[in-house]
Amino acid sequence: MDKLKTGIIAPPGLPAMPARWFDRKGLVQIGLLALLLLAPLAAYLLGHIYYINLASRITVIAMAAVGLNLAIGYGGMVSFGHAAYFGLGGYVAGISAYHAFDFTPFMSWPVAIPGSDSMLVIWLAAILLCGLLALAIGAISLRTTGVYFIMITLAFAQMMYYFANSWPSYGGEDGLPIYLRNTLPLVDTNQPLVFFLICFAGLLLSMAITSRLMKSRFGAALTMARLNDTRLATAGISPYPIRLMAFVISAMITGLAGALYADLNGFISPTMLSWHFSGELMVIVILGGVGRLYGPLAGAILFVMMETLLGGLTEYWKLFLGLMLLCVVLFAKHGVMGWLAGRERNE
Amino acid sequence: MSVTLFIEQLINGLQLGTMLFLMASGLTLVFGVMGLINLAHGSFYMVGAYATALATAATGSFFTGLVAGVLVAAAVGALVELIVIRRLYHRPHLDQVLATFALILIFSEGTRWLFGSSPLWLSPPQSLTGFVTLPGGARYPLYRLVIIGVGIAVAIGLYLLISRTRLGMRIRAGESDREMIGALGVNIARLYTLVFAMGAALAGLAGAMVGALQSVQVGMGEPVLILAFVVIVIGGIGSIKGALFGAVLVGVVDTLGRVFLPALFRNFMSPSEAAGVGAALAAMLIYILMAVILAFKPKGLFAANG
Repeated sequence: MDKLKTGIIAPPGLPAMPARWFDRKGLVQIGLLALLLLAPLAAYLLGHIYYINLASRITVIAMAAVGLNLAIGYGGMVSFGHAAYFGLGGYVAGISAYHAFDFTPFMSWPVAIPGSDSMLVIWLAAILLCGLLALAIGAISLRTTGVYFIMITLAFAQMMYYFANSWPSYGGEDGLPIYLRNTLPLVDTNQPLVFFLICFAGLLLSMAITSRLMKSRFGAALTMARLNDTRLATAGISPYPIRLMAFVISAMITGLAGALYADLNGFISPTMLSWHFSGELMVIVILGGVGRLYGPLAGAILFVMMETLLGGLTEYWKLFLGLMLLCVVLFAKHGVMGWLAGRERNE
Repeated sequence: MSVTLFIEQLINGLQLGTMLFLMASGLTLVFGVMGLINLAHGSFYMVGAYATALATAATGSFFTGLVAGVLVAAAVGALVELIVIRRLYHRPHLDQVLATFALILIFSEGTRWLFGSSPLWLSPPQSLTGFVTLPGGARYPLYRLVIIGVGIAVAIGLYLLISRTRLGMRIRAGESDREMIGALGVNIARLYTLVFAMGAALAGLAGAMVGALQSVQVGMGEPVLILAFVVIVIGGIGSIKGALFGAVLVGVVDTLGRVFLPALFRNFMSPSEAAGVGAALAAMLIYILMAVILAFKPKGLFAANG
């Protein structure tokens, strides 16, 4: 059982040295987090609520990308359908709030399930449902590899999209508003800064989980499954359950981000499930630096800032996003984090 | 449910299927020969439709417009291959997905910039606007039958091209061993450009013909692209035969599902509920079909390379 730990397989990607926070990489990482935390605090002191919400948006999208990064970056599973989990998380928050607002039950048969406006309940439900969905989708998709996997995850996400579009009970293609932001005990979630801090805590937690996971025996096996699954199998570990588990955890993180995103916007619609969003999430992971803990954060900051700044200048900002993305893919493969913080040891 | 309605919807399904085949054959050829996954294939569909609409408006002749549309789509395809795509052949699939996703953004927003967000106007030529009486007695638009005819002609043409010509021989050789045909002196770079342009031309043809039925607008290629993905995944990536089979299967199942599932549910539900559940299920039907097929055949029905 302890073969991995005793180094019969030395999995690349695991840091041999303890991480140092004061070298170049450490400084960049601390800097990014500090920037994300201090900017909304400054905005709060200056009274600019808009910028607090912008920071919340960056944080939530970064969190969704952290989830996707676990699948793509660490697991080598190029999922083109993570919008499915993001959207499902969002719909859990929206539908639950809708029933709580109306005092109607979500379900009365075979068991009565009332709506709820408690974020804790919603988060738990979002995580569980996204995990179940990912278990089903992953179980089928992971039987395939390469291009098949990309297209199948895309197709399943589209299935969710069309389902949400044509199911009339919850707004269909018009979406569903969340009239009152869902609540947490003790704090007022309607305060933008409080909500930002909730999102920030979620982001930190998801990054900590990813980091912890990748340092564990499971993470070593996942890295090996990405690099050489035959070798992993030879070591007596079946790659399929490892990948499936990582895929499920990845979907849960993205789903939780989706639930927060719904509360941030006070609105859910099938757009959250659209394949454009899956693509954008992938773009964020790649822009930031694939398979790096802080890559999604760097990517999300860059993406949302571009969206805000360029989008303010021209309606056609995605044209420039496309051009930039093309250049990054063709010429600069290591993303923002590779450029800011130097390459990872195993690159 | 009347037999006439059934036949009519079956032909509608066939028409969707032939369109999907035009899209899917290009995608699957490009994947089979070059190992490239191309998300921007839907953009060539859009380019073909726009070029046809503009050329038809300029010349007044749909057929001139159609030829122009196909040629423009092929030219744009060749250009994109020369500038971007050929740098991607040796890259991982993730890079290919991202770069071609970037191409979608560039094409969609570029088109919106040039021609605006409102749809362009394109209608079938006067000579093809009539109706045909079907065996069951229903009247069916001639233009849709012509589309099916064109699709069948293209399928036969592709079959002959691939099985009987020198180019086809090279394409087949390229599918089974890329390095070897390069070593044997075939100009691989030119072959790749040619195959890619051919795929783009087929997508452009599909876009132009469907554009006359629906509307010519930005983003029109995306729903078709994703259906085409489902088609080639079902058929087996790289297989033209699989693309044909998958396209007809998806076209027919999707069309019939949308019409008959709500009707089916009306037997044991209230009409409004049946419409909702039926529509939602019908929208998911082909994806469920795909999941079931993949559960038994993870490489699709007619996997090309083993």
